[in-house]
Amino acid sequence: MSVLFVGMVLFSFVSAAFGGAMPQLSEAILSESANAVQLVLKILGSICLWSGVMEVAEASGITRKLASAFSPVTRLLFRGLEEDSPAMRAITMNFTANLLGLGNAATPLGLTAMQELEKQEHTGTRASNNMILFVVLNTASLQLIPTTTAMLRLQNGSAAPMEILPAVWMASALSVLSGILMAKLMERLGR
Amino acid sequence: MENVGNYIMPVLFCGIIGYGCAAGVDVFSVFVSGAGKGLGTAVKILPSLVALATAVGMLRVSGALDVICYALSPVANTLGLPTQLIPLALLRPVSGSSAMVIFQGILESYHPDSYIGRVASVMMGSTETTFYTIALYYGATKVRDIRHSLTTSLTADIVGFIASVAAVGLFLGGGPV
Repeated sequence: MSVLFVGMVLFSFVSAAFGGAMPQLSEAILSESANAVQLVLKILGSICLWSGVMEVAEASGITRKLASAFSPVTRLLFRGLEEDSPAMRAITMNFTANLLGLGNAATPLGLTAMQELEKQEHTGTRASNNMILFVVLNTASLQLIPTTTAMLRLQNGSAAPMEILPAVWMASALSVLSGILMAKLMERLGR
Repeated sequence: MENVGNYIMPVLFCGIIGYGCAAGVDVFSVFVSGAGKGLGTAVKILPSLVALATAVGMLRVSGALDVICYALSPVANTLGLPTQLIPLALLRPVSGSSAMVIFQGILESYHPDSYIGRVASVMMGSTETTFYTIALYYGATKVRDIRHSLTTSLTADIVGFIASVAAVGLFLGGGPV
């Protein structure tokens, strides 16, 4: 995380110095932290809401059933996690929300899954293999129907906003697959 | 199609609540206790989000992305990625809202059903805001050493972009103009 942060900050400074963008850079440093707070406020409600829904789903046993339905896939991907562990159940809920295109629900459920993984695998300050894989799957987009994109296409006069679907699925599948392969490869290399 | 889409969220939400009630769960108090934990999570992700938002904001205004764009255009050419789409490909993993602005611009200057418009749409639909997801997900934990998370996620993004070009060619035809 430090490498990423320092790299971005210093690279921006050097670029701004050469391109004469110091005033804008100064403005960004002052204002972006407020944007972060706004962002958290914006998703605060949905985090609370979906954490509550997750708790109800846990208590009524839905998540257990869902986890066992997904287990043929999840067992292959996440090594060393019991099918019926809280972490696996949260991961399954996150996948379900992603597949249904409910991004608002997927993020809070993903955060819960990360915290359950942390509890269960005693990770400390170092990410575990399962965490990395889970994050990669979420950055690579498991969404089946890209509603926002389709809506923007429609607004801009597309005759067939959904014609991109097969191409989106193929690109998503290849992207997810390469993410999984890369994660497993880097695990082997044992960094 | 649109009608089905409207049903997903309500059915999921009401289904879980209704099922909980039928299973004899004290739905309201369980919900509230879960929502309370969510509040803690939100507070926990704020510090790492402040750091990332500042770094991304600086990157965006500093012109650093133009430098990378310029450096990458020969690479994009050999991969068959249309040069008009490099800014989108670069911003997509970094900032969701800026990518959206660029995407909107592309849809306006090229038609959504043009080759460029289609590739851009597939790119938007098949990838996520990688940096934001990483900051958010790890921000909810004590993890600070993210090991190969970024390498792995960016690999998936790059493959996704190249696959977008290939997939549009395969399913919808057309090619670089």
